Amino acid sequence: MDFSLSEEQTLLKDSLERFIQNDYDFDTRRKVMAGEEGFSRENWKQFAELGWLAVPFAEEDGGIGGGAIELMIVMEQLGRGLVVEPYLATVILAGGALKYAGNEAQKGAYLGAIIEGSKMGALAFAEPQSRFKLADVATTATADGDGYALSGHKAVVLGGPSADFFVVSARTSGGPRDADGITLFLVDGDAAGLSRRDYPTVDGLRASEVTLDGVKVGADAVLGTVGGGHAVLEQVIDEATLAVGAEAVGGMEVCYKDTVEYSKQRVQFGQPIGKFQVLQHRMVDMFMEYEQAKSMMYLAAMRLDEGYGAVAKKAVSGFKVQVGKSGRFVGQQAVQLHGGMGMTEELNIGHYFKRLTMIDTTFGNVDFHLKRYGAV
Amino acid sequence: MDLALTDADLAFQAEVREFIATYWPEDVRRARATSSRFEESRGHSPEVRRWIDALNERGWAVPNWPQQWGGTDWNPTQKYIWDKETAKAECPQLSAFGARMLAPVLYTWGTEAQQNEFLPKIREERMIWCQGYSEPGAGSDLAGLATRAVREGDEYVVNGTKLWTSGAHVADWMFCLVRTESGAKKQEGISFVLIDMKTPGITVNPVYILGGIHSVNEVELKDVRVPVENLVGEENKGWTYAKGLLTHERTGIAGVARSEVQLARLKRIAQETGMDGGTLWDDPAFRTRVTELEVDLEALSVTELRVLAQVAQGGAPGPESSILKIRGTEIGQAIAMMTIEAFGYYGMPYPEQTLIDNEGPIGNPYVMPTMKGMLYGRASSIFGGSNEIQKNIISKAVLGL
Repeated sequence: MDFSLSEEQTLLKDSLERFIQNDYDFDTRRKVMAGEEGFSRENWKQFAELGWLAVPFAEEDGGIGGGAIELMIVMEQLGRGLVVEPYLATVILAGGALKYAGNEAQKGAYLGAIIEGSKMGALAFAEPQSRFKLADVATTATADGDGYALSGHKAVVLGGPSADFFVVSARTSGGPRDADGITLFLVDGDAAGLSRRDYPTVDGLRASEVTLDGVKVGADAVLGTVGGGHAVLEQVIDEATLAVGAEAVGGMEVCYKDTVEYSKQRVQFGQPIGKFQVLQHRMVDMFMEYEQAKSMMYLAAMRLDEGYGAVAKKAVSGFKVQVGKSGRFVGQQAVQLHGGMGMTEELNIGHYFKRLTMIDTTFGNVDFHLKRYGAV
Repeated sequence: MDLALTDADLAFQAEVREFIATYWPEDVRRARATSSRFEESRGHSPEVRRWIDALNERGWAVPNWPQQWGGTDWNPTQKYIWDKETAKAECPQLSAFGARMLAPVLYTWGTEAQQNEFLPKIREERMIWCQGYSEPGAGSDLAGLATRAVREGDEYVVNGTKLWTSGAHVADWMFCLVRTESGAKKQEGISFVLIDMKTPGITVNPVYILGGIHSVNEVELKDVRVPVENLVGEENKGWTYAKGLLTHERTGIAGVARSEVQLARLKRIAQETGMDGGTLWDDPAFRTRVTELEVDLEALSVTELRVLAQVAQGGAPGPESSILKIRGTEIGQAIAMMTIEAFGYYGMPYPEQTLIDNEGPIGNPYVMPTMKGMLYGRASSIFGGSNEIQKNIISKAVLGL
């Protein structure tokens, strides 16, 4: 048993920590968000140069062959900085689908470009009626000549506005919620019949409603096997769940530490509010929630690296349950203990609270993962 | 003990419902409830103006005020019916700072001139007030306020900074706590003054809160000259008046009726939200949690009735009103959070107003108002005395600890 990081992992962590500390302070983030795209292409270039965009990909594909633990390291730090660049959308979601299901030609066409930072992607899997169920796919792909025609509505596609390409789940056979019969397709962002309605999200990201109206793709656009997309989706989303959970753990760390600092500075009734026992205990609770979430994060990452199966799925769901509960508590209490200041746009705390709240409903809320944990 | 409504009560209820149906009809209500604009100031849209004018014409604008100032002769049950029905229909209310908070101070301690000047304008919502209480260094420790008022002839010269001042950017006047004497005890030496926001020396700076909402402000007061006749009650006794007023504020913050409306809306949203081919409402886990909230809210509702009954027998609400504030805000926040959860991924979109105006809402039309309400609602356990402070009040004043 060993919870320590290897030398390479420590180097990766250090490089992210340095970036967050030196190049991504709260004001910089705010300026980046106010830009048209809502993130910085310059930063993205730097991510590529530092090798972060290569983390989860195999060496033969130009990556560095990192696993779940490496992804966890990256996302925990990005969470500490509340980084808005679409790492999750491009590298983990779209990149993940290519990694697990792409053939040589597809990997060649896309992975290199992702790694060097020249292409961005998004995974269009959710639909208005689907809630968190990956098999609930109403978008259809019907045979059209040698290829397919795709029609449907994909909801809240993270990273959609900046996506050069989409990975889209569509039904090629089976009933509305059958796991069988879902196929993944690679679709160009400027394909005829694809339209997006772009918008900011409450927690500082960008997303799109993507409408597909008879979008024609060739047979070579099929990612993986026809009808076998669900298993790929599930694995990609499990990795992404670990990723947003790690992001939340990073956010919780900042929340509890900043709250402790604030409570030492803020004086009311003639003493720092951190001297009041009721607040001391509250901050201890925040700290404990953070630690518990971190433990479950390590478990989930290690299980995923052991191999993908029931044990890993269960660990991921357990982690997400813990993150949902802990993230809410820590975020809410950080705002509460900061008082009015925690409510303002100008202080970081409220922004962590918003992100933590939204992470709870990303890839399944507590109810969803409790059920899955019990069923696996 | 008796909860049943009499025939007279039922007739009154019917009368109220008819009034609401006429002046605050369903379509107007829905338009306002789904509006993504978060209104801190009110009384300005034609529909709201019409409602307030109708209230005044009917003599129902300020049921709780003394009759000589336009209050009603309703018994506690009628007041309860009024509150319930107007809350259920989400009728606009008069600005709370004027009608609910300042007015009781004025009709209890104000001079005749102050009463004549201000009460009718508050009742008709022709004068908007804000509350100059908190300061950068005086939040939970309100009595630690540092804004000073020095008497010079017939005027006070006021200097200081107020913070978290809701609606200061739309207010005509501010009621304000200022230090007139550096007494031995910090609660002594505070005075309650009324300040015209047009007075030279006042600067209002917006403070944007989560979601980019402009509701609160910082108000700088630099050599602001306030006529002595704008002092309410006695000099240096302002803390007593302010304290009385805060108990009123707390009862209002409980928001039981508002929470009932939000809870009903949450259920409806869950019934309309797809899940596994059915709806979210079919999910036992979700349903159980909503039901738990419903029971919590019912307990609070009856607790509120008990406090109201006590008030009806004379006297202001006691320190028990802190229960209403604590539980009321906790439940309100929990309902808002669960509603966001109900939206699933559609809780995330936060489009700019112009996009909504041009292309309509994304997902459920209630998403934006719910999100703004949820974000703003995090303040409810902070303002009006944080919930931690409310617990101190209960432990000290009720439990004697």
